[in-house]
Amino acid sequence: MTRSTIELIATEQDQRIARYAAAAIALGVAEAAIPSPLPGIKPGLANIVTLVVLARHGWREAAWVTGLRVLAGSLLLGQFLAPGFFLSLAGALASLAALAACVRLPSRWFGPVSMSVIAAFAHVGGQLVLARLWLVPHDAVFLLSPLFATAALLFGVVNGLAAARFLEGDAAGEVRHPS
Amino acid sequence: MTRAKAGAPRDAGKRTGLRAWLPLLRPGDWLTVGSAAAGVALLWLALGSSGPAQRAQIRAGGRLVAELPLTIRKTVEVAGPLGLTRIEVETGRARVASDPGPRQYCVRQGWLDRPNAIAICAPNEVSLTLAGTSVHDTVNY
Repeated sequence: MTRSTIELIATEQDQRIARYAAAAIALGVAEAAIPSPLPGIKPGLANIVTLVVLARHGWREAAWVTGLRVLAGSLLLGQFLAPGFFLSLAGALASLAALAACVRLPSRWFGPVSMSVIAAFAHVGGQLVLARLWLVPHDAVFLLSPLFATAALLFGVVNGLAAARFLEGDAAGEVRHPS
Repeated sequence: MTRAKAGAPRDAGKRTGLRAWLPLLRPGDWLTVGSAAAGVALLWLALGSSGPAQRAQIRAGGRLVAELPLTIRKTVEVAGPLGLTRIEVETGRARVASDPGPRQYCVRQGWLDRPNAIAICAPNEVSLTLAGTSVHDTVNY
């Protein structure tokens, strides 16, 4: 008899990622209930979680949390594999790529607000490119870009400030325990 | 399960209003936000400022042969080296309906409805341009 039981051991890190992802999914679902003047313009509150994880645990965990959030969030909202899911995925991948570059910026000068704004613009950019290539194969989609860019700037700053506020306690802790 | 990160010390009580948020911005953040704002402003200027198209300008061989308001439905035929190019004007939009050119690029562009949109039928030397409210730089009488 061979033992067929596969035991998956959830590490401390797995549990942490799951907790953060759960928070991000909750924010994403709550946000879906907020009416928006234009479909596609959302505050992106779940990105606050991504920024916090990025600052505390690095890019890899932030990417995990974001990926799980996009996947599980779309399942919860019944959007899985619908156009909205792919737009959300394209935005998430573009902003994660931008964040991968951003983490190299000196943290003395560039904080969560920079990360948030840059990621927000990358998000909108990724979505527009996918929309142009796939959903609306006409340059007219780019006529919406000023509107989307304005939203990216506004919500990028707001989410960045929220994340910075959240991380404030961490910084204080660092000063007290330099190790 | 213990939550190690919860309950981070907060000193929000000391500062109130917008001032409480300003220290959260690092010097480079101002740079990021500033350049992002400039980029957004440029995008609006480039793409967002033009109002609806008002007039259709038809050129043949580089000369303005007709200028029609986009309020009256009308069909115009313009003669070029290859033959007649037919242009249709409707309320708010215009298109090249037919053209004797071999590749039909200007016909396949379909309806134009934005200011400064242009359809060029190069072989027949005919072009259709839409003009907005404030674009007077190419109008001559």
